[in-house]
Amino acid sequence: MSGLTLHCGISVQRIGAMILRYWYLLMSSWPRLLELLYWPALQIITWGFLQMYIAQNANFFARAGGTLIGAVILWDILFRGQLGFSISFLEEMWARNLGNLMMSPLKPIEFLLSLTVMSLIRLAIGVIPMTLLAIAFFHFNVYGLGLPLIAFFCNLIFTSWSVGIFVSGLVLRNGLGAESIVWTLMFAIMPLACIYYPVSVLPTWLQYVAWSLPPTYVFEGMRALLIENTFRIDLMLDALAINAVLLAASFWAFLALLRSARKHGSLLAGGE
Amino acid sequence: MHSTAQWRKNALSMTENSKASSRPTVADSTLSAAIEVDRLVKLYKQTRAVDGISFTLPRGSITGLLGGNGAGKTTTIAMIMGLVLPTSGRVQVLGHRMPEQSAAVLGRMNFESPYVDMPMRLTVRQNLTIFGKLYAVKNLADRIAKLAAELDLNDFIDRANGKLSAGQKTRVALAKALINHPELLLLDEPTASLDPDTADWVRAHLERYRKDNNATILLASHNMLEVERLCDRVIIMKRGRVEDDDTPDAIMARYNRTTLEEVFLDVARGRTSGAREDVSR
Repeated sequence: MSGLTLHCGISVQRIGAMILRYWYLLMSSWPRLLELLYWPALQIITWGFLQMYIAQNANFFARAGGTLIGAVILWDILFRGQLGFSISFLEEMWARNLGNLMMSPLKPIEFLLSLTVMSLIRLAIGVIPMTLLAIAFFHFNVYGLGLPLIAFFCNLIFTSWSVGIFVSGLVLRNGLGAESIVWTLMFAIMPLACIYYPVSVLPTWLQYVAWSLPPTYVFEGMRALLIENTFRIDLMLDALAINAVLLAASFWAFLALLRSARKHGSLLAGGE
Repeated sequence: MHSTAQWRKNALSMTENSKASSRPTVADSTLSAAIEVDRLVKLYKQTRAVDGISFTLPRGSITGLLGGNGAGKTTTIAMIMGLVLPTSGRVQVLGHRMPEQSAAVLGRMNFESPYVDMPMRLTVRQNLTIFGKLYAVKNLADRIAKLAAELDLNDFIDRANGKLSAGQKTRVALAKALINHPELLLLDEPTASLDPDTADWVRAHLERYRKDNNATILLASHNMLEVERLCDRVIIMKRGRVEDDDTPDAIMARYNRTTLEEVFLDVARGRTSGAREDVSR
């Protein structure tokens, strides 16, 4: 077999082939490209003007300039990261191509790795213009956050992959009838991740749940940085540890759901 | 290749399904058959989609899997490919257990099925490039050029797959199925929805590929003429079981029929007394 194969048997060539497949698809479809750009841009403009309005009328927000816009950008990294992963997976379901892939030498881990790369590519197409809009219209430079931004980004993207892997497994097992989960599951954790407000706002019992989610640490960390000028590395390490567990659990769940799909013949059906 | 007598013996044991005690042993992987199916069962809840079938396909053979809708052909092929897990029984492909050892054989086999499509927005060349890379085909550009010439794809090779006619799509699917020079080719209704000319053309190509490469082909089909023309062996399935297993000529003789279509109708409508008497003898 030609091509670079890692010691663990993972073929870089096969991962590259899948990335090429999604790249061809993106480049062949302007609606797909437009969709990547349009919603993040709309988000940043809406929330940016809201932040401007609040800042003119409230001392706290005047001091904490950028928390809303920063939260919107980080939320979009989380949400778009997951969508970027899951939509690439859904493309295979919509195209009825999954059987071809499952019958090829492509391994599940290679398939998932190609989806993670595609989530980064799709994220970059959608979020980079969004950050430039934030600089141009609202004078908020997310890159000014410096190194902490890398920690925020990594933790959010790891969570988005965990959710992406898990929901892809659900669609694999249950067919396109489970597609709505892809679009909505991330919103289920939105109130608990405390994107726009501190964890202390939640009832005590719900705070325990919130602290079990890595994004909560990221948004708390972002507020600490913007309001108190403090980088809470402890929060980032805690989030990283939970993310490691979530990624392992989601991969295990994906394999279990794949096995269940094989058992129930779902790979042949693929429909509703 | 198995003799007719051996196949008939197998057919007897298959009819008995799980009652049989002696089963084919697993051969050495260097000498193994292309496909060995042993007491294969697939249950979907209470439905027995496949009910204890066994057969062995020698390398270089073309075997037709016949049966009406719901006979269990697609499920059988899906289990051979590793897409569906058997409830019980065993499948070996090219000497390796499926699906446990699928990594060792998936690069050496390929398939075509009406249950899957190739990405519609990608061009034919892009699709073949991606699958060629997935199968680690060497000199991929040359391979695609050769397939395009053999399967007459050049007129539309840079056109999106979704904009092709049914016949063109079938040829592209066949090109994908042949991209890795498979030793084993599994085909589910390879000429369904094709006009007689294109269907005949596809059959001629399959015959040539088998001959040139000593490949093994297992095809499920409703087209009896196709099976008569292509196959040196026929396995007839009904309600998840193997009803008969022999050469097309032997089966037609056993049912006192001149075409497989008449045999098919006999089996489908339960007119199998002549055949049963002969098999039981």
